[in-house]
Amino acid sequence: MGSFSLHASCLAKPKLPWSNDCFQNLNSLKLPALQRRPKFHSRKASKVLAFYGLKSPPYKLDALEPYMSKRLLETHWGEHHHGYVEGLNKQLEKSDILYGHTLDELVKVTYNNGNPLPEFNNAAQVWNHDFFWESMQPGGGGMPELGLLQQIEKDFGSFTNFKEKFIEAALSLFGSGWVWLVLKRREKRLEVVKTSNAVNPIVWDDIPLISLDVWEHAYYQDYKNDRGKYVNAFMNHLVSWHVATARIIHAEAFVNLGEPNIPVA
Amino acid sequence: MAFRPLLTRKTLACAAGLGSNGGIATSFRGLQTFTLPDLPYDYGALQPAISGEIMQLHHQKHHQAYVTNYNKALEQLHDAISKGDAPAVVKLQSAIKFNGGGHVNHSIFWKNLAPIQEGGGEPPKGSLGWAIDNDFGSLDALVQKMNAEGAALQGSGWVWLSVDKELKKLVVETTSNQDPLVTKGPSLVPLIGIDVWEHAYYLQYKNVRPDYLKNIWKVINWKYASEVYEKECP
Repeated sequence: MGSFSLHASCLAKPKLPWSNDCFQNLNSLKLPALQRRPKFHSRKASKVLAFYGLKSPPYKLDALEPYMSKRLLETHWGEHHHGYVEGLNKQLEKSDILYGHTLDELVKVTYNNGNPLPEFNNAAQVWNHDFFWESMQPGGGGMPELGLLQQIEKDFGSFTNFKEKFIEAALSLFGSGWVWLVLKRREKRLEVVKTSNAVNPIVWDDIPLISLDVWEHAYYQDYKNDRGKYVNAFMNHLVSWHVATARIIHAEAFVNLGEPNIPVA
Repeated sequence: MAFRPLLTRKTLACAAGLGSNGGIATSFRGLQTFTLPDLPYDYGALQPAISGEIMQLHHQKHHQAYVTNYNKALEQLHDAISKGDAPAVVKLQSAIKFNGGGHVNHSIFWKNLAPIQEGGGEPPKGSLGWAIDNDFGSLDALVQKMNAEGAALQGSGWVWLSVDKELKKLVVETTSNQDPLVTKGPSLVPLIGIDVWEHAYYLQYKNVRPDYLKNIWKVINWKYASEVYEKECP
């Protein structure tokens, strides 16, 4: 099997079975037989030797209408997110020092404890957008249930309180960034966290449950400068509490939240 | 100096209650509020480099929001100062830096642009033209440099051509978010600032910031930049 590359043409096919982990560059294994094989490229393949792929959102691009238009998703996912993937792959071509990581690991390694490497921006933004698409669903909004709701009420007082805090964070974030509902690993509690540009909570080893992109490109085509309207549309119609619940259940394998009395639905 | 045309309107000084203070000379400033400066050209006058829709939103919504929030922050700051509430004063600094910076930066930006009929895009002559050739080699080289830095800026911010008034040298700098240029050097005076926040170009150029940067030079007002330069380096 020669090295192969992914391209947007792959996106038309059904979701690929592998996750967004790294594909080893087989040339570096120094196996002559493999190296001499011709590279397999589809006709429309980019010239970039791909290491990470562009994950599709778990819904069609028009599924979030009217709260997030198809046109916006086509640009946000097809141009921005895609651009980050291509940018990252291009950077990784230059040397093999960063090869062999999963995307999660790559984000943490390139964050370099606060002194980010040039690859961090692209790596983190690929991760952030993957996470963001999955944090939304058609017919989202409403409230979480059962254990997640209990945890929110425990850490914020009430769901309304949490919602206010989240919205306030989104509106008071200066510049570009993200707003997160995070499970803090050491404090063992939920918090609302703002990050700038490409930073995300996994660099501090925390566990995000939902995220909201407040870079202007995330809402400008639909809402122009009205970030408030966008945030409300997200909270009321897009956020996927199902996914958040799945994420916190997974997190509980790593963080002891006290009485593990959370029924699995 | 570069902020000359900021329209200000004095409100009543909060000294109303101090009248009975007798002879204590409190140096008290009346609270000035700021208003949105008018554009010296129509919203559509910079087309096709920058669309009328963008100019209108940028001016009437974004810049206006900075002005409104800056005034609000100043009022809160005034209260906190007069109450002696140090934590509140410190807490307000980021709002002031962001909104005040936004107002300052955009006020300069509108003057940095001019319709083609009024000289927009015409290369600088005189001392600024010489200085550019001296410090960068050519106007093209300067444009390439600024475009490269503007495109590479992550997130939101500005790319500036400035003059260091102490060293009398031209400097290309970037600032993030709405940080004014002085945060990068106290002796830097802005000549040309290009807004690379997404709101400055998204509706027209989407994510292709390099195209926006290439085109905006067609409407850059070098006359204004020369005036500012000649004042700092006569």
